[in-house]
Amino acid sequence: MTFTWPIILIIILLIISVVFNILGTIGLHRFPDVYTRLHAATKCTTFGTIFVTFTVIAYSVRLYILTEEAKFINMAIHTLIALIALLATNPTGAHALARAAHKMGVKPKKAVRDDLKDADQHKKKTVKKMVIKKDKAQGEVN
Amino acid sequence: MIDLNTLFYAAATLFAISIIVCIFRIFLGPTAADRSVGFDTINTLVVATMIILGAAMWETLFIDIAIVYAILSFITTLFIAKYLEGGVAE
Repeated sequence: MTFTWPIILIIILLIISVVFNILGTIGLHRFPDVYTRLHAATKCTTFGTIFVTFTVIAYSVRLYILTEEAKFINMAIHTLIALIALLATNPTGAHALARAAHKMGVKPKKAVRDDLKDADQHKKKTVKKMVIKKDKAQGEVN
Repeated sequence: MIDLNTLFYAAATLFAISIIVCIFRIFLGPTAADRSVGFDTINTLVVATMIILGAAMWETLFIDIAIVYAILSFITTLFIAKYLEGGVAE
């Protein structure tokens, strides 16, 4: 194998993906609570998997140029669809998990403020006020 | 001389080792949310492994299965989160 520039590009993309996936796994073990673990694991593995798909796209395009078989361009398109599915689903799932952890009552370690709790309480108060106003208005109509 | 396919198999092996390390978080995690985070990470790593093995074996079918796996694991994570929201604090 001679090191022409497409091969070097593929190897660099592969190294980036492997390094980020392993860093995400290490972060899952090193961080102290749920939120920081979620931060490390989700961000790093999503970034790493995006680079895996880039690697495969570059590899299949190179093989298509070399052999001119239709199945390689097919492979590149399918990998692109996998990338889109991954980009749409992964951050949403992480967001849902963080929200669930907060509603479950898991406290962040070493944190002194809880902005989300304050925001929720404020929301509840305003909703209550609106409901009271609505009742009053309906009473006047009746 | 090393081939590109050999490098792909090496990357897949490293991903498999990462999956095994993530399984320890599922066993160790103090709360249920920690376990779910480990599970979510494993799902993403499995998708990455499937894509890279599909490229190494020249099989487009593996990549199709990776797409379906990504979407199904997303739905699973959403339902686990929905279940945890009603749970009791530990």
